[in-house]
Amino acid sequence: MSDMTHLDKLEAEAIYIMREVASECEKPVMLYSIGKDSSVMLHLALKAFYPEKPPFPFLHVNTTWKFKEMIAFRDQTAKKYGLEMLEYINKDGLAQGINPFDHGAAYTDIMKTQALKQALDYYGFTAAFGGGRRDEEKSRAKERIFSFRNEQHAWDPKNQRPEMWKLYNTRIRPGEEIRIFPISNWTEADIWQYIQRENIDIVPLYFAKERPFVMRDGNIIMLDDDRMKLRDGETVQHDRIRFRTLGCYPLTGGVRSQADTLEAIIAETLSAVSSERTSRVIDSDGGSASMEKRKREGYF
Amino acid sequence: MNTLLKFITCGSVDDGKSTLIGHMLYDAKLLFADQEQALLLDSQMGSRGGAIDYSLLLDGLMAEREQGITIDVAYRYFTTEKRSFIVADTPGHEEYTRNMAVGASFAELAVILVDATHGVLTQTRRHTRICSMMGIRHFVFAVNKMDLIRYDETRFEKITADIRRMMAEYEFTSLKIFPVSATEGDNITKRSTQMLWYRGTSLLTYLENIRTEQEEENTGFLMPVQRVCRPDSTFRGFQGQIEAGLIKAGDMITTLPSGEKAVVSQILDAGKPVSSAGCGHAVTITLDREVDVSRGCVLVKDASLCVGSLFTVRLLWMDDAPLVAGKNYYLKLGTRLIPAVVLHINHKIDVNTGNEIPADTTFKNEIAECDISVSDKIVFDRFLNSQALGSLILIDRVTNMTSACGIVLKNIKRSDNLTWQKLEITREFRAQQKEQNPVTIWMTGLSGSGKSTVANALEKRLVSLGLHTMLLDGDNIRMGLNRNLGFKQADRIENIRRIAEVARLMNDAGLIVITAFISPYAQDRLSAREIIGKDSFFEIYVNTPLEECERRDVKGLYKKARSGDLADFTGVSSPYEAPDSPDAVIDTSELKLQECVDQILHALEARELLPARVASASQQAK
Repeated sequence: MSDMTHLDKLEAEAIYIMREVASECEKPVMLYSIGKDSSVMLHLALKAFYPEKPPFPFLHVNTTWKFKEMIAFRDQTAKKYGLEMLEYINKDGLAQGINPFDHGAAYTDIMKTQALKQALDYYGFTAAFGGGRRDEEKSRAKERIFSFRNEQHAWDPKNQRPEMWKLYNTRIRPGEEIRIFPISNWTEADIWQYIQRENIDIVPLYFAKERPFVMRDGNIIMLDDDRMKLRDGETVQHDRIRFRTLGCYPLTGGVRSQADTLEAIIAETLSAVSSERTSRVIDSDGGSASMEKRKREGYF
Repeated sequence: MNTLLKFITCGSVDDGKSTLIGHMLYDAKLLFADQEQALLLDSQMGSRGGAIDYSLLLDGLMAEREQGITIDVAYRYFTTEKRSFIVADTPGHEEYTRNMAVGASFAELAVILVDATHGVLTQTRRHTRICSMMGIRHFVFAVNKMDLIRYDETRFEKITADIRRMMAEYEFTSLKIFPVSATEGDNITKRSTQMLWYRGTSLLTYLENIRTEQEEENTGFLMPVQRVCRPDSTFRGFQGQIEAGLIKAGDMITTLPSGEKAVVSQILDAGKPVSSAGCGHAVTITLDREVDVSRGCVLVKDASLCVGSLFTVRLLWMDDAPLVAGKNYYLKLGTRLIPAVVLHINHKIDVNTGNEIPADTTFKNEIAECDISVSDKIVFDRFLNSQALGSLILIDRVTNMTSACGIVLKNIKRSDNLTWQKLEITREFRAQQKEQNPVTIWMTGLSGSGKSTVANALEKRLVSLGLHTMLLDGDNIRMGLNRNLGFKQADRIENIRRIAEVARLMNDAGLIVITAFISPYAQDRLSAREIIGKDSFFEIYVNTPLEECERRDVKGLYKKARSGDLADFTGVSSPYEAPDSPDAVIDTSELKLQECVDQILHALEARELLPARVASASQQAK
């Protein structure tokens, strides 16, 4: 073990987990959200199975409100590595015009949580890799690497299966599914250091650049397309901003930053005074237990 | 280079585990501003009258906050200037012992808390025992709440002596005992000014400096194969994580269990070509020749491992359903998943004293030593030699629950005097001679559902069609072959095992066997299916409603059960687990007897288990 750094150990652990799932689970899929954690997951999957391609498809649950640059990056990445990239959109939600401005929490539920459940049912996936990390939030800190969902895709935090050593129990009944988090033990700093070490491509939105935005409810919200209407009193500002996490643009707060290189981002991350999820508007809905509630209902 | 330490905090409930870690993070300035703000806010409403409740940083589940206890392991990540840490904060309640074990199996070092006002408790002993069993060799004891005993050195010395006495039983590499106060912060990140008599470092300083890496002795190489990578016909690589030793291109390795030898051609370390790779690396290895290797096999060099199917283990039982000898499970060891049966519980172990207690069942959170037999030869080792090939889990075959975790204590060599005698007159020959498919028609259903009546009528019909049959009936078998068995769970399992073995012998003899037993548990029928063979096992669910069975009450048993004179009676005071996908379902309250028989014959035909001559004859007979 002595020649392995902290990052080497995390990498080997994630690869081991991915290989276990590919070997034991019937129909796995890797959820791909286009963010930096997904970029790391994809990179790990390419390494784990090389010279074979990852033996499972990738799935992007699209809310139709992602940053334009994210979608471009997704398509470019899929092409570059020859991946089977599935896209799922909740058509009903789209038809009803569900959007983040008018529907708040219902939007997240319908376009993300429900859409994910529909996608898993539609394709019949029995195991789904996610890029969740335990350092992100308190209920995640309690979740196993192999996390089980019942027929309703719900999580029962009080009755998690014991996970001993690295003997993962992947057996499920028909209708159940497993969510697997191979980078559970990584921190935000680990992710950035690994991206730098491995020279992994990420969406340019992570780097500071002059971008148009408005200040809304204390968050820096970027104007990504003309579906976003200005409220009274709001004015479009221009400044160098970047994003610590990526999601739907109306719900993702940016930060003012000069960090336009990986080195600068890492320096900024290591000295950060707030945790990364504070820039996600959706997490502050419903207090400290909101993530656990959503997970119980099937959110990733 | 930043090293990583994985440790757990454990100990009895209310000994202050979450508070200790919370305070460590707070004092070491390892919190983000928003986390600190949320903590201060939450503490306002907390139980410490507005003072900071550090445990709130860790107890993340709603139920935990509601109940003010820790239910499941929480993982926290922090980095100081000297080291990166992953800490698993584990629950103290006995009820959640299995979650504590999850944390212990993950850690290299344990910080065990002891409440200075209580001293060493049973739960302290239980957690210490489990830490040791899971392979932890570095122990730290934090004697907490020193503030409540006015930082009394004498009291601390007494507890220290108790801890050292307790630890005498275990193997360990390091042992250190700290007097601390988690709420006040004494000796957590800085030395306490309240205990000048204590001359050691703070707990955090100790954790930053302790070395836990094992000395790399000249151990042999071993790698359990996770998967075979074959992107095309030109490449065949074996993927897995190296669990011990070093491998170089050109090395001669042995594949187990087959014992073939081959030379390593190429090594990919996480996808990149390398000339050698050591312990912990996730590699892909190609060999210079074709070998019989699949998932579950092990590649070795200069390592001696056991290859066998019988071994003694120590188990920590984690399932609500108790362990009973004779029950079938799936066993996962290394990368191998295989059917297994717990043959015999040798004894339980008293968590407090370590004494052996005779037992024939084991309940949740108990430790027992058992003999386990697996259905094929596998590669394993004693846990003391190899954590990777000496640790295992048992999985319930019906609920899929991880029922137990365990460690291999020793290999049991089977007597070589017994070898399966190959018969020259084969089963196929005997079947052909009788011009029939030997199957076992397994009828399951409540008492009084009509199993025996239908079985008798079915046998008569089959015989009239010129087939050779044998009927095994519940009560008759219990009066003869199984008369030494009672109705305890272990006996019930043995009852079904014997019946299934007899049915198989009769199938081997070419006979069509009909059995009529209540066989209420899915697990037992699964075992029978395995013994008999799934192609020969034909399950019929006699689904007569309970009210009808009870109305008939042929043997007067329902009456007795309802009046309490008969315990554990299926359908009344003991469950009946209906089959998920039987080959046929019949309801004797709705069908006439001959219609039931017809239905079974149709189902047999549908699975092509009746010879052609009979299939047409059975049509004509209608």
